[in-house]
Amino acid sequence: MYLQVRRLSIFRKVIAFGGSFHSMKIAVKWSLLVLTCLLQLPVAAQEISKEQIKGLDEQVQDIKADVLAISTELKLLEEKLLYPSNTQVSLFVALEGADSLRVDAVEVAVDGNPVAHHIYSFKELEALQKGGLQRIYTGNLRTGEHSIKVGFKGLTGLGNEFTEVASYTFSKGVGPGIVEIRLLGSALGSNSIQFSDQ
Amino acid sequence: MRLSAICALFCLLGSQQLVAAEPKPQRDAFFGEALFYAQQQEFFEAISRLDTELKLHRGVDERELDKLHYHVNDAEFSVGDFELSYRMHRKAGRAIQAVIEGNVAPEVRNEAIYRLARLYFQKEQNLNAFHAIERIEGPLPKGLATDITYLKGQIYMVNGRFEEAEKIFQSLTGADEHEGYALYNLGLSQLAQDETTQAVTTLESLGRARSSDRAVLAIRDKANLLLGSRLMDTGDFQGAVPFLERVRLDGLYSNKALSGLGWANATAENYEQALVPWTILSKRHVTDPAVQEALLGVPYAYGKLGLYGKAALGYGHALQLMNQELDRLDQSVKSIQDGKFLEALVREEIRQVPDWVVRLRELPETPETFYLMELMASHDFQSSLQNYFDLEQLRKKLEEWDRYYSAYEEVIALRRGYYEPLLPAIDEKFRQLDSLINLRLEQRDRIHARLQSMLVSPRPDFLATASERLGMNAVTKFERSPANNNEATQKRVDRLKGHLNWIWITEYDQRLTDTFEHLAALDQDIERLNAIYQQFVRSRQAATQSYEGYDKTIAQLRHKTEKSMKTVETLMLRQGRMIEKMAISELLQRSQQLEVAQVKARFALAESYDRATMGSPDKAPAEASQSAAPETKAEDRGVL
Repeated sequence: MYLQVRRLSIFRKVIAFGGSFHSMKIAVKWSLLVLTCLLQLPVAAQEISKEQIKGLDEQVQDIKADVLAISTELKLLEEKLLYPSNTQVSLFVALEGADSLRVDAVEVAVDGNPVAHHIYSFKELEALQKGGLQRIYTGNLRTGEHSIKVGFKGLTGLGNEFTEVASYTFSKGVGPGIVEIRLLGSALGSNSIQFSDQ
Repeated sequence: MRLSAICALFCLLGSQQLVAAEPKPQRDAFFGEALFYAQQQEFFEAISRLDTELKLHRGVDERELDKLHYHVNDAEFSVGDFELSYRMHRKAGRAIQAVIEGNVAPEVRNEAIYRLARLYFQKEQNLNAFHAIERIEGPLPKGLATDITYLKGQIYMVNGRFEEAEKIFQSLTGADEHEGYALYNLGLSQLAQDETTQAVTTLESLGRARSSDRAVLAIRDKANLLLGSRLMDTGDFQGAVPFLERVRLDGLYSNKALSGLGWANATAENYEQALVPWTILSKRHVTDPAVQEALLGVPYAYGKLGLYGKAALGYGHALQLMNQELDRLDQSVKSIQDGKFLEALVREEIRQVPDWVVRLRELPETPETFYLMELMASHDFQSSLQNYFDLEQLRKKLEEWDRYYSAYEEVIALRRGYYEPLLPAIDEKFRQLDSLINLRLEQRDRIHARLQSMLVSPRPDFLATASERLGMNAVTKFERSPANNNEATQKRVDRLKGHLNWIWITEYDQRLTDTFEHLAALDQDIERLNAIYQQFVRSRQAATQSYEGYDKTIAQLRHKTEKSMKTVETLMLRQGRMIEKMAISELLQRSQQLEVAQVKARFALAESYDRATMGSPDKAPAEASQSAAPETKAEDRGVL
């Protein structure tokens, strides 16, 4: 809105200068061109009315809400059907103090069986470094004791390769099991992988 | 911004868990997972996961035991935040409004108001944005104070309150976060109030700013270009030159600045100097209007310098390039009309690079997208394009889910086929065991009751062993038999009975203790039995639940998915047509401009040839030349 106001005031000045002398006309037109470009007026978009754009945008928003609702229902269905709460186990990966680390990959084995491995993209690594938690595995396990073995591979801030491996035994109860696996950047080489089960 | 704050909180909670033995509150892993997706700009996944988690949380009986309980406000707010990022303004607006009206801390409320005001501002509802931002009072949320102030300044500007806006931007000039932008807006506010001297000082200081930040360098160029254009606007062409010269040669505004420099020099009749920027510019990509202008500007300057041969060659070269561009534009329009543009847009690999719009042109049969860069900068086109991408993402998801339902139905059928024949026999066996268990439990309760009463009134005979009991029975039986017919026998019977009673009485305490210990051991076994029993009941329930009660849900989901799929396809078609229309309109406009320039260039070319062959120019053609080239271009620029 402001930009349009500005454009009008400049336009008025251009009108005022109009026809005074040739060079002035050239310069004024050039400056009008530059200002128009600076103000970034969507010339072509004017052919389609704002109402049309707004109306379609609202319909797109509505369908997004509908599809999100389906997604939520589907997730709940999947959880009930594929991972019932009495057998469900989820493993999460988190990074801590690992801003300078370039974690390339992680491997996870449960009870000696490899269940997950992941190669990190830059975006994923950044999301983990900013505090996000990655669900690396969701599966079903009997109640009782189970072992988890985790291995991280990557490069340190100085460019040296590192491989960190750790094991953990957790007890799966009647409810869903959640185990958080944290790689501590500050403790590489000694106890850098920490586990906590909830 | 808020996302970062929540993530920081999550990191902090994670570290607390390591240090403290029993940290409170703990972070919710599923909320963390939503943040993981949000950080990657995958807002659909983030919203969907957090929504699911919130729905599960609301269904829990004792919510305070759920870890999300500690972050439920943040989670609710984050859903709104993610929805806003996912361009669901209407829903997000309602969610944020609910937070504002809810019982929340002033910081949270102020942050919600800020979000709402930003939302209105983005949607160009300037008055609503103004009323919203005015509602902020009390403590500001950490890390957002500068953002709030900056937004306030912007909102004041769009509402014509330049004086207040000026004061706000004045207060922000030292802030690192909005370095450059605040100064630029300050300059604009001053210009709007006709405080030209102050505005020039402000913009000049911005134009000389030193920084390695590319965004600051871009705004610096913008300030210099604005100042240059303002000075040319007032007729001070030479005064504009230093500002235009400050614009970086490789920046976003470089082409416009070079073009301006050329015109500033040409206006002062310094054609040789005008040739320098124009020649640089004429070698750049011809799709830029400034470059097209320079292509005509160079031969025009040569013509002015009396080098008609070079001028003719220059016009010829410009015509050739323009022809090529016109052909390309025609092909581009045809390509868009054939649906190639939309096809290219939804290709995954092309969007992996930041300048994907430009890279589109490298694909076969795709339109010339360089012309669409300016169109891309418009909010309407961008939001339309983004909507199209979002719809394509929804279409893929719905298509994928539709396949899932059949798979789930197969899983359910397999489970039903496995469990249904087994369960009747299992249930029968279970019923038998269940009655036996009940019987044993009743027996245990009787023993327990009897032992309790023996604590009050001792009954040693109750604790007799089986052999003692049998022995006592045999003695009693003998006592009553005809064989017990003399005193000696009776004495022996009494001795035996006395012996047994002696044992019972003397060992009673120990036996009672042992019995209690045995009962305790029995209780442990019963506890184990109960655990196994419960486990069986759960497994039995899980067996039934693994295939029963899904049919209706899956049928409903399938119906909703199919219905949504139809809507998505219709909307994609409409959105696609809209994008195509916008793009074609833009290309046709460029095409028309080029055609006009081409006609003028042809006249100028013919004139230059005439002059070159005539050898000496006379006054009349010179005037014609003057009117043909620059004015033509000036008119074109007006249109451009």
